Amino acid sequence: MKLLNFLGVAAAVVLGAGTVAAATLDDVQARGKLNCGVNTGLVGFAAPDANGEWDGFDVAVCRAVAAAVLNDPSAVEFISLTGKTRFPALSSGEVDMLSRNTTWTFSRDVDLKFEFVGVNYYDGQGFMVPRSLNVSSATELDGATVCIQTGTTTELNLADFFRSNNMSYDPVPIETNAEARQQYIAGSCDVYTTDASGLAATRANFENPSDHVLLPEIVSKEPLGPLVRHGDHEWGDIVRWTLNALIAAEELGITSANVNELAGGTNSPEVSRILGTEGNLGEMLGLDAEWAKRVIAAVGNYGEIFAKHLGESTPIGLERGLNAQWTEGGLLYSPPFR
Amino acid sequence: MSAPSQASFKISMLLNDTRYRGYTFQFTSLLLLFVTFSYLGSNLIRNLEEAGLNISYAFLGEPAGYDINQRLIDYTSQSTHMRATIVGVLNTLLVAFLACLSATILGVVVGVLRLSKNWLISKLMAVYVEAFRNVPVLIWIIIVFTIMTAVLPSPRAFRGEDPSASMIFDAIAFTNRGVYIPAPVFGAGSLIIIFIFLTSILAIFWYRRYATKLLYGTGKLLPVFWPSMAILFVPSFVVFFALGQPISLDYPSLTGFNFSGGWTVRGSLIALWFALAIYTGAFIAENVRAGILAISVGQTEAAASLGLRPNRVMNLVILPQALRVIIPPLISQFLNITKNSSLAIAVGYMDITGTLGGITLNQTGRAIEAILLLMLFYLLISLSISAIMNVYNKTVSLKER
Ligand SMILES: N[C@@H](CCC(=O)N[C@@H](CS)C(=O)NCC(=O)O)C(=O)O
Repeated sequence: MKLLNFLGVAAAVVLGAGTVAAATLDDVQARGKLNCGVNTGLVGFAAPDANGEWDGFDVAVCRAVAAAVLNDPSAVEFISLTGKTRFPALSSGEVDMLSRNTTWTFSRDVDLKFEFVGVNYYDGQGFMVPRSLNVSSATELDGATVCIQTGTTTELNLADFFRSNNMSYDPVPIETNAEARQQYIAGSCDVYTTDASGLAATRANFENPSDHVLLPEIVSKEPLGPLVRHGDHEWGDIVRWTLNALIAAEELGITSANVNELAGGTNSPEVSRILGTEGNLGEMLGLDAEWAKRVIAAVGNYGEIFAKHLGESTPIGLERGLNAQWTEGGLLYSPPFR
Repeated sequence: MSAPSQASFKISMLLNDTRYRGYTFQFTSLLLLFVTFSYLGSNLIRNLEEAGLNISYAFLGEPAGYDINQRLIDYTSQSTHMRATIVGVLNTLLVAFLACLSATILGVVVGVLRLSKNWLISKLMAVYVEAFRNVPVLIWIIIVFTIMTAVLPSPRAFRGEDPSASMIFDAIAFTNRGVYIPAPVFGAGSLIIIFIFLTSILAIFWYRRYATKLLYGTGKLLPVFWPSMAILFVPSFVVFFALGQPISLDYPSLTGFNFSGGWTVRGSLIALWFALAIYTGAFIAENVRAGILAISVGQTEAAASLGLRPNRVMNLVILPQALRVIIPPLISQFLNITKNSSLAIAVGYMDITGTLGGITLNQTGRAIEAILLLMLFYLLISLSISAIMNVYNKTVSLKER
């Protein structure tokens, strides 16, 4: 046994294997690129645009972090991950962070050993059906064939919902949103279920979005947010406070348009602390003073990001709802910057 | 002084002397192998420890929480992960069995036909073989599935006053979710019919044996095919009607969103089964052709000069000998089918890779445990298949005295 251990350790030392409490920040800066896990393509959240540039609500979080730590919002390697591959990719270190419609749950946080740094979208699971089916409530779905993305929370919620309503259904497990969409359009399932925001985004890309209805029932809580691996708290802090900076910026009225002007001088102490003209918050994070200023200049504040990718002026047309600032009756509430 | 043989031993002989060289190399390889594995093993354990993970199979006893669409045994979302695993195992075995069977039939037919003297037939078979074995099986699976979902109507099309799709003979519905077929319902007395049917099968064997014996003993040739058919069906039918038709059929019918009643053969099963069968069938066809070509033409000519008709030459002389060449590669084709069936998730078929290696793994995060179990399962299955086929191979192989 001793020999075995010795050989193993010796070999490990020689080959330099093993992930000894890696400092993700150093890795990212040495690499000059942030590896960010996003979904495989859901317009509005993360999808390549016409020029092949990744764009969307979740993508903006990746770019914000890249702006903070690398001084360049485009220094991101986007790695598209399915519901199934996202967690192994994060825990193995293939990606530095995950920003992929991922629900914060107990077991993912505790058992899978991830650290959810916050919530960037408060969501819940919904159902979409073709209008021609004349279904007006999810309780009328007894016996339906349901398309569902495997490896997601929605799979378990679905089982619970149908069981507690004493209904039967026929699940069709599917890997990606694109395949689900195809099956749903072909009519090989009656219903598509996933996060309501995802349904809205999927529907917006149909040829005739109005031929499909989202049922009123929301059957679960799906707080979606970015996450990192357990173990590297400094890195977790950076991602957490980047997200908080986006949220606080909206609350305090910092936008991509006025950020430079505010950095020149303002009488709000918290704004000054965020933008690095007062205090040394950036230094505490292991970054420079202007980290948050770059973030907001690059991607805008939370409200701008929401409006640009998901808001009512986009085809997806989501209301702020729960995702309004706490001052507006929503749930967004950034801890203070001090 | 030590013994002369020892005295003359020099270190360099370990490499130069053919008596020792073999041992030296074997020992070095063994050592290298050992080092590699202990490195990998300890690396794994250390990394797991560092990540705070421990190997535990306790999750198998916990409720799975998800539903599975194709279940050969009772299963609900409250059943354990273990049961979900078993459901997956059975689904794997089902599709592997179906695909092995159809691939073999297809392969034998195509392999024989490819040697046909008819130019068109043999060329068609050649095209089939080359087209199908040179495109990856995953692509075939997806092609078949996509064609099915795109071409076949959805159950909705069967509804309404003037439906755009209708059932065949009012009994079978082809939809893009699968094929719905009538299922037998066994009433009182159906056991008797099943018993009679099984007895008929035995009777056929007995009859065939008798016919062979008669042929060898007296040279009298009895017809075999039609009497066999008669033995198979007539008694069962007579009893079936005599007992007042105790076995009836449950026809699928459109209720709510889907067809209900009868049996459902899911689209995912059909796509996987069909794709595996046509893909592997092409390989088996080549094995069969090779087996037949390995039998010298002299055998055919000799058999023909004995007055045997061509299909008898094939069935009685060529194929039995060709089997010796065909069986060993056939085993590996069966193993291929079983392993390739793990591509099931591409069409959402819930085999063991889909349940244990998919949803269970994902919901519990027990990747290493699940993958180890998965490897163990495929290993066991593959070893069992080769064991069974090897036994069969022994029975057909050349018996030498
Ligand atoms: N929030 C759920 C579901 C996440 C999910 O997979 N959402 C879908 C639809 S909203 C998605 O992002 N699909 C994009 C893809 O297939 O990559 C979870 O974390 O398990």
